[in-house]
Amino acid sequence: MVCVMPSIPTNADARPKADSAPILSVRDLSVDFKLEHGWVRAVDGVSFEVRRGEVLGIVGESGSGKSQILMAAMGLTAINGKCSGSVQFEGEEILNATPERLDKIRGSSLSMIFQDPMTSLNPYMRVQGQLAEVLTAHQGKSRKEAIEIAIELLERVRIPDARRRIQLYPHEFSGGMRQRVMIAMALLCRPALLFADEPTTALDVTVQAQILQLLGELVRDLNAAVVIVTHDLGVIARLCDRVIVLYGGRIMEQAAIDDLFETPRHPYSQGLMAATPRLDDDVAHDLRTIPGAPRALMGKIGGCPFAPRCDRRIARCTEETPALLPAPGARAAACHLVVPPRIG
Amino acid sequence: MAETLLSVSDLKVHFPLGKGLFGGAAGVVKAVDGISFDLKPGETLGIVGESGCGKSTLGRAILRLTKATEGRVVWMGQDMFGLDKTTLRKARRDLQIIFQDPLASLDPRMTIGAIIARPLKTFYPDLGKAEIDKRVKDSMSQVGLAPEMLRRYPHEFSGGQCQRIGIARAIILRPKLIVCDEPVSALDVSIQAQIINLLRKLQAELGLSLLFISHNLSVVRHISHRVMVLYLGKVMEIAERDVFYANPMHPYSKALISAIPLPNPKLERARAHILLQGDLPSPIKPPEGCRFCTRCPMATDHCHVVEPPLTPRADGRLVACHYA
Repeated sequence: MVCVMPSIPTNADARPKADSAPILSVRDLSVDFKLEHGWVRAVDGVSFEVRRGEVLGIVGESGSGKSQILMAAMGLTAINGKCSGSVQFEGEEILNATPERLDKIRGSSLSMIFQDPMTSLNPYMRVQGQLAEVLTAHQGKSRKEAIEIAIELLERVRIPDARRRIQLYPHEFSGGMRQRVMIAMALLCRPALLFADEPTTALDVTVQAQILQLLGELVRDLNAAVVIVTHDLGVIARLCDRVIVLYGGRIMEQAAIDDLFETPRHPYSQGLMAATPRLDDDVAHDLRTIPGAPRALMGKIGGCPFAPRCDRRIARCTEETPALLPAPGARAAACHLVVPPRIG
Repeated sequence: MAETLLSVSDLKVHFPLGKGLFGGAAGVVKAVDGISFDLKPGETLGIVGESGCGKSTLGRAILRLTKATEGRVVWMGQDMFGLDKTTLRKARRDLQIIFQDPLASLDPRMTIGAIIARPLKTFYPDLGKAEIDKRVKDSMSQVGLAPEMLRRYPHEFSGGQCQRIGIARAIILRPKLIVCDEPVSALDVSIQAQIINLLRKLQAELGLSLLFISHNLSVVRHISHRVMVLYLGKVMEIAERDVFYANPMHPYSKALISAIPLPNPKLERARAHILLQGDLPSPIKPPEGCRFCTRCPMATDHCHVVEPPLTPRADGRLVACHYA
């Protein structure tokens, strides 16, 4: 009925070593949207890399641009959006790829799991058809073959009685089971890179624990690269090797997870951690808060996007945008007050 | 003041499902199925559980926003369900609610000044304009809203500020109890902390009692004096906050706490996780015996037959389990 898992081998040390060539390389990515009153910038000069076997977390609040990074990298930016910079997947540029080419890539080595499984599955189609389609359309498998593979995968994501359930419609599954179907669908083509946008946010906490466990195992088995976007620092701590903290479309800090959680350097990372209620902190005192509210979609502003809410703000912060400066230990922070020690 | 502000006994809320094919009732959802507890003045009770456990329905039934099927709710010595319209109205002055979706709970066509003043105008129609204005502004500054924003509309505010408006409206009548139905679930982490602190402050300053409904056990820990865990309409465990978090006793409480991913990677790696199998059963057809038996790591045949009663333990908590 239950399994008590010992320590969970989801983090880097337990996984095969990441090979050196990045599978995804994002360079100076910006995403702008044209709205009624003009252009707004959702993502502003973001650069990062992901390698096989690595789980990268992107954490941020509403309007930080975290989902738009994934959409741009999937070639799914909305029609009123414009991307600049470069997103290279296995050495191939995604931002100017033709729709046909994108379709090919998305069907073969790049997949995505969305937050809401109900709106991402077709309610009029049996799960069977939706899963098989991936393989018949992209890999030229026969329908019969495709269904057999799909059943195998449903078993792999621990859907009991998969052979019968594959004939059901999405609404006949519970939320947790639907998310498993989504994960199975994303893994059908054995992707080299998997994007997950808040994959457990809509789930109850005991179901979330199951899905996180499952994702951790699958990533390890497939040796895929994963980019997971979430607002939950707990999910990051549980699943990721490395993390990017995003605010106002810009990277505030990036670091290996142990480094970030032990010694957050950027005032925003520090604030975010202090504001998160935990099960082991002192409840006699108030939580530390970050004053003000995150600014949704902003136009291009001078200075640090976090400056208006930062309690350590100096004059320079509103005049000059801090660059993301590397520090020893493969971490980096974008803050005028965090002066990295000299490398070497 | 009386020792007990609110006393709920054996409360049941059953919703009949639509008619079956030939006109018979298709079934009954037992959203709340025999819940009892007391609340003291100035106390915050955290009500936790996953979707479908009945936590919101419980809050609404206590306020008589949803009709209870059975049971009693005694509010300051009065039987809530026996009150006629006039007395119920009077009682409701002391009972307020704040909702999960802050924007949806505010009328988009009213200024926030009018929204916050509404309960005052309803209950004290003779109050002068100047007095209303003063009380609205007091209420706004208590929740950290600049009184100059009085004439603005809800859409001009962020989610956190809308929740502050909802709280200002709830406290303007100086109520004794506020039912908080997932008040921070829709908010960003940095804003969530602001609202938790605000509710703590108001509670201390105004001597409020809160029923704090949430699925987030870390949030509940920061605001509650006592915690009540629900599963499919039944109480699994009620305990003092520190007793509960130090040593959750019911297998479901243990699993809930174990399932929360901690924002501490080293601890997360080292910690054993209890993984429950399967999903929540449908509340239309809850399991026989103990409601939790289908997912419980400790369940025996006995649990599938006999429902465990909620029994007191040495440290004062109540637990509904044959083996805990």
